[in-house]
Amino acid sequence: MRTAWDLFRDMEDLRREMDRAFRNFGLPRWTSPITRFAFLPGEAARVYPLLNVSEDEHNIYVEALAPGLDTASLKISVVQGQLSISGEKPGLNGGVPREAYHRNERAAGRFVREITLPVEVDQEKATAEYKNGILLVTLPKSEAAKPRQITVKVG
Amino acid sequence: MTETTIPAKSAQKGDLATTREESRYLVPAVDIYENEEGLVVAADLPGVDKDGVSVHVENGILTIQGKSAWKPLGTAFLEEFGLMGYFRQFELPGEVDQGKIGGEFKNGVLTIRLPKAEKAKPVSIQVKAN
Repeated sequence: MRTAWDLFRDMEDLRREMDRAFRNFGLPRWTSPITRFAFLPGEAARVYPLLNVSEDEHNIYVEALAPGLDTASLKISVVQGQLSISGEKPGLNGGVPREAYHRNERAAGRFVREITLPVEVDQEKATAEYKNGILLVTLPKSEAAKPRQITVKVG
Repeated sequence: MTETTIPAKSAQKGDLATTREESRYLVPAVDIYENEEGLVVAADLPGVDKDGVSVHVENGILTIQGKSAWKPLGTAFLEEFGLMGYFRQFELPGEVDQGKIGGEFKNGVLTIRLPKAEKAKPVSIQVKAN
């Protein structure tokens, strides 16, 4: 017996098909809740690595989805509010001949990605951490960019 | 190696909420190649930590599963990816020695080595010439 019929898995498969069909519709992907979670090698090969940028009160966080990086090749720099991440994702060790592959879906090679940061940051205090294939760059906001509480005097 | 999809056992539990949760998964990108020793499978599972990876073989089906420990940070400006669990299955060819399967997990990349059984390895035959 192969499978018990699983409604949710079938629905998930249908959702994937829809994602594929509507992928090139020109809207930024993160605007649609349906495509928000799409993560496919074809897409990632064009823009690499995929980034998430978020903030809290003190920091700007940039997360890059980049498994299997050669950490020695990673270069991260901030110049005038532009964050640049470059590096290399090495191919499989020892250069496997093409004919030995059954499947080759994982991209490899060099990459550069630049983004403009939404607020001014204190680049001297920036830190980066690479864990479980995700690169997290933490950029403390500069004093001028932090929210300030203004007290109102009642006179 | 053929890809197959058989619902994970955990997805058959009665509780609707959990079933739903487990059904939303990503398909990890894989590389599969063959060398003299056997097959090597490399899968990208970013956001999964060591304890979240599970690889098992049952009835000739290799199942790769990963539980993502990733959580969004703060308020988002730009959101290009979201991570959930990973799930993918492959049917193993008969000549894999299932007792000797080994693997490692580093920087979000899972590498599984599937050695060929002795009987499937190439044997060179000496030809005597008179």
